[in-house]
Amino acid sequence: MSEELKFHFVVDGDDFTSAGKASVQVKKNLRQLGLSPETIRRVSIAMYEGEINMVIHAGGGVADVTVTEEYIEILLSDKGPGIKDIEQAMQEGFSTASDNIRSLGFGAGMGLPNMKRYTDYMDIKSTVGVGTDITMRVNI
Amino acid sequence: MTVEALTEYGFEPLCVPDPDREITGVYIGDLLSWVMGRAKSGDAWLTIMSNINIVAVASLADTSCIILAEGVTIESDVIKTADAKDINIFSFSGSCYDAAVLLSGLL
Repeated sequence: MSEELKFHFVVDGDDFTSAGKASVQVKKNLRQLGLSPETIRRVSIAMYEGEINMVIHAGGGVADVTVTEEYIEILLSDKGPGIKDIEQAMQEGFSTASDNIRSLGFGAGMGLPNMKRYTDYMDIKSTVGVGTDITMRVNI
Repeated sequence: MTVEALTEYGFEPLCVPDPDREITGVYIGDLLSWVMGRAKSGDAWLTIMSNINIVAVASLADTSCIILAEGVTIESDVIKTADAKDINIFSFSGSCYDAAVLLSGLL
């Protein structure tokens, strides 16, 4: 049994244009591991959506990716404002993003739904005023 | 058809680092999360959105190329990033609809 592989990323909250760096790097790493293109696509899109959310709403955060023989796990953690109503946030089309963010093509209210769509397991733990931790898993 | 063949049909190449990539479908959209949620791997992505984030979206969604409709212009640093990330970008003077109709006859 081979060891787990772990990748750690700091997601910069200031630089909106460089958002996606971590996900693109993960995509590269997973490709080197020889995982299927569809698995790589699911993981990297789910992670990108999470990364963008942390930049838009939380001033950045950290992302930890673990690759095991059975699944790829993504942990996203931020100290942002938290999500008041998770059920509402999970609805397609619901967004609290600003007009400025929308003009860049984000804030369509599809981020969290996409994260759920592309992963086999997703759990959100959020406390208003404290931050948000999201766990996602994609089975290999 | 391959991405490279687009140049024969009025699509202007802005950067084509992966010319042999096969176009297997078309997706039209400007909201990036919709594109990531709905576009399929290999699709030509028609959009009027030209900011730097389109490169990451095209890379992660694994589209075959980005086609900027309506003659939308693009900053040189976006092209540079796209080139480095193997993302093909074309410009098209007509609308997304015009481009889609054209591609529909070609695919």
